Amino acid sequence: MNNNHNRSFFFNVDSFTILLFLLLMAIGWFNIYAAVFTDETVSIFDMNTNFGKQLIFIIVAIITGTAILLMDAKFFSTFSPIFYAITILLLIVVLVIGRNVGGNQAWIPIGSFRLQPSEFAKWSSCLLLAKYLSSGNFKLSDLKTQVVCAAILGLPMFLIMLQPDTGSAMVFGSLILVLYREGLSPYYLISGVLMIILFITTLLFGKLMVSLALIALTGLLIYHYQKNRKLLTTFIAGFALSIIFMFSVDFVYNHVLKSHQKGRIDILLGISTDLRGAGYNVNQSKIAIGSGGLLGKGYLQGTQTKFNFVPEQSTDFIFCTVGEEWGFAGSFTVILIYLVLLLRIVVLAERQRSSFNRIYGYSVACILFCHFFINIAMTIGLMPVIGIPLPFLSYGGSSLISFTILLFILLKLDANRMGINS
Amino acid sequence: MNSFFTRRYIIQGLFIVTALVLLARLFYIQVIDDRYKLSADNNVLRKLIIYPARGIILDRNEKVLVQNEPVYDLMIIPKQVKPFDTVEFCRLIDITKKEFDKKYKKANNYSPYRASLFEKQLSAKTYAAFQEKQFQFPGFYVLARSVRYYPDSTAAQFLGYIGEVNDKEIEKYAGFYTQGDYIGKSGIEKSYEDLLRGQRGVRNIMVDVHNREQGSFFEGKYDTLAVAGDKLISSLDKELQLYGEQLMNNKIGSVVAIEPATGEILAFVSSPKYDPNLMVGRQRGNNYMKLLKDPFKPMFIRPTQAEYPPGSIFKVVNALVAQQMGAITAQTTFHCPGGYRYGSRGFMGCTHVHGTIALEKSIEGSCNTYYGYTYQRMIDKTGLKPFKAYTRWREAVMKFGIGAELGIDLPAERDGLIPTADYFTKRWGSNKWGSGFNISLSIGQGELGITPLQMANVMAIVANRGFYYKPHLIKAIGDKKIIKEEYTIKNSAGIDAKYFEPVIEGMSRVVNAPGGTGYFSKIVDIEICGKTGTVQNPHGADHSVFVAFAPRQNPKIAIAVVVENAGFGSTWSAPIASLMIEKYLRDSITRPKYYTERIIKANLLPGQKRVLRPGIKKDSTTSKPVASNAIPASTQISSKKDEQ
Ligand SMILES: [Zn+2]
Repeated sequence: MNNNHNRSFFFNVDSFTILLFLLLMAIGWFNIYAAVFTDETVSIFDMNTNFGKQLIFIIVAIITGTAILLMDAKFFSTFSPIFYAITILLLIVVLVIGRNVGGNQAWIPIGSFRLQPSEFAKWSSCLLLAKYLSSGNFKLSDLKTQVVCAAILGLPMFLIMLQPDTGSAMVFGSLILVLYREGLSPYYLISGVLMIILFITTLLFGKLMVSLALIALTGLLIYHYQKNRKLLTTFIAGFALSIIFMFSVDFVYNHVLKSHQKGRIDILLGISTDLRGAGYNVNQSKIAIGSGGLLGKGYLQGTQTKFNFVPEQSTDFIFCTVGEEWGFAGSFTVILIYLVLLLRIVVLAERQRSSFNRIYGYSVACILFCHFFINIAMTIGLMPVIGIPLPFLSYGGSSLISFTILLFILLKLDANRMGINS
Repeated sequence: MNSFFTRRYIIQGLFIVTALVLLARLFYIQVIDDRYKLSADNNVLRKLIIYPARGIILDRNEKVLVQNEPVYDLMIIPKQVKPFDTVEFCRLIDITKKEFDKKYKKANNYSPYRASLFEKQLSAKTYAAFQEKQFQFPGFYVLARSVRYYPDSTAAQFLGYIGEVNDKEIEKYAGFYTQGDYIGKSGIEKSYEDLLRGQRGVRNIMVDVHNREQGSFFEGKYDTLAVAGDKLISSLDKELQLYGEQLMNNKIGSVVAIEPATGEILAFVSSPKYDPNLMVGRQRGNNYMKLLKDPFKPMFIRPTQAEYPPGSIFKVVNALVAQQMGAITAQTTFHCPGGYRYGSRGFMGCTHVHGTIALEKSIEGSCNTYYGYTYQRMIDKTGLKPFKAYTRWREAVMKFGIGAELGIDLPAERDGLIPTADYFTKRWGSNKWGSGFNISLSIGQGELGITPLQMANVMAIVANRGFYYKPHLIKAIGDKKIIKEEYTIKNSAGIDAKYFEPVIEGMSRVVNAPGGTGYFSKIVDIEICGKTGTVQNPHGADHSVFVAFAPRQNPKIAIAVVVENAGFGSTWSAPIASLMIEKYLRDSITRPKYYTERIIKANLLPGQKRVLRPGIKKDSTTSKPVASNAIPASTQISSKKDEQ
């Protein structure tokens, strides 16, 4: 249909998205430099330091992105089951021979670098999900389709939980938004939100208070809608489920969660304020960001993120450096760039003719959104401390390259959108 | 085409709302809320460790043995250094220009912004001179620290020393110490490290991005104070210790004095001594190497680490054990024709022909024959197989605190040695051996190893008529004066009190009866009970040994003196013990000056010419004194042990 793509490999590639991509990587690199910077730092290109290595990662990411654009677009759809199988295999391998870093068995050492299979599981799962949903006349209202989708996402999620890397596993949960876009009943989302509310209120106010509130609420609803038989059953079933859920929250919290996870949740909900233990990271991170003020302390002038006050400052807490040195202006800019990127990806997804491309596009948006939200919310105390990187900004080769692959597959699919029949 | 198209707006809406929530929160904590701003001028918190003063150690009369003294480290922050007169500077702190350049480069390489050590431990004089002109040298400042100081330079081996932690120690104490911290390396400093070191404090200060101090954080609200280490009161009597060290001048050996009623060690002399102040300060490294290389091994803690066959003093133990076992009574007599014959050809000589001799006299005259027979009765004539009887005898002897470490509060105490029955069975190829195969054990020679501390403890047992408290060096810990529980437990030697009298009578005659081997060491009005011994030394002149306690009734001091290569027990060890006893009981010496002078001035180090005073009675078990430069075997054990 379209012969123009022969003129240039990069014809039709969405240059606006590429611009945002480069911008985020540049911001990340400058802030990693700032996070490690001290007066003794010799050269910005020193390859033994985090920022030196990140520069290599950025170059590798750009090469990887370009390579993806040069590939055949059908490749990703055709081979998605194989990618998926390989990453599942790697996730099993990492549990056996992986290196334990910070309590998580998440890394396979390769030479002086380390490979993190959970990062690659993200895009391979998205590809398979898109492939499955686009390869027939499946309806997400069917239970069977729902079960298969849950299995595709659940398997890597389960393996990652075993590492145990709760943060990365949670990211898979965000793909429920994709399913919603493709026709999943909104009740799944609504009940998900209700469950979160119930979880928090149970921990904050205790089972008794929440039970009383639920009884009152159900009574009120029944009284108000007493004419409607169908709604009444829904209310009573909902009430029963809520009570069961509440008790399981109690059980999970007391018997399943590990003490450090409990600690992080307690800190977040304000149940405890242990500023030396579990609350240390969040408190230091809030101090760093809060001390930035409106315009920040200036590049390389941040003090909180140096001297190791904020732990993991160049990886999961990189946003602290942004907040401290560039102030609210900097935070605003970074968040705006992310928002524009996310909205742009939705636009790209929606303009696809093939449902494979569209579903994949939404998956990319959801994964980036999930990382973006959880990471920043964590640094400012809106979420418990969950160690997942900020896409394109955080230090780390595996995450940067994997996000690049994730995004560039979409760009390739988009560049080729006219050449595919749907 | 897709019926759920409108859901894109819900998803986009979710993205926008989320971003707005994050922005609202960020606006709140960054712009509105001041709580997270430590202060307006880019300050940051830094924790400074405050080192507590190490606990001091006092003697039993609460006189200082170790205390802390301030020293002054010269520090540098290279970035703050401005051009100055280097010649004047080098002259002030007494270094060459070359050394100055080297040190400056090292500091600058470490960090131009952070303080590093430029010159360690300036003397008070240098510090005073430097302080006057300090304003001329910006970037340099002086940091006061404290180091150990020993006002009387005494009791070095007992006090031990501290040094920088090594990697092993850092690992062992999991995070308590960091590089550059000090830790007890030997002696009391090591065994009481966890009490002496105290508790560190933390001072929170604000620094800017260049690590420059900007003041205290919240006026010190979150600071914690350092808690000084516990004060230790030792059992040592400083005057007695100093006197003992003086008497042992130019001699190799030990003096250990114990208060029998408590097990408290009154004197702990390990000779040659060294000045503990050598292990402090700028020359520490050099001094340490010198001490390690010294052929007379001053770092070797002789009272607990040197093992000797005890010689005749062991007859006291055998006399008591034999009575308890029923092998002899106070009335038992044996005939001494000038030696003891055993087996078909064996003969153990005696110095005299004692004729018919009983227990008291056998101690007084140190008759080898008597103990040959006694030992034979204990081993061969019990109805048990001899190797089994030997084991029973060995167990009885070990109840005196011999052959196993006593548990003194010093590191690296040695067990000593009494061979097991298995040892002899292995050596003779079958268990059909009897007293004739190790008859020298009857008179304390041969395969026996007893430390001077164990010898003194045996005397404490005799003084107490049958029991002892574990000898210890620290009698009270901290302001509450706590004593370790293990040192309050009475240990029985397994001998009934009634068996002691004949032995004590014999020991009294050794010193107080004309003709006794210790008569030369008698003190008017103080009844000393003692026993001389001579330790055969295959490497050179014999070692002189004397053990005693005094007074006979209600004893206050039990003592063991070993002087290596000094010949007879009566010649050197007995007078030293006697002077120590008098010093402790009377606090003055009634003997004429020449008596003490002779001892203080005597140089008995190997390789010196011997002058034997005439008129001193020889001890029984002797061999020809052979002058030799060799170091006694017992002292060749490396003194490095206490470094580990
Ligand atoms: Zn005899």
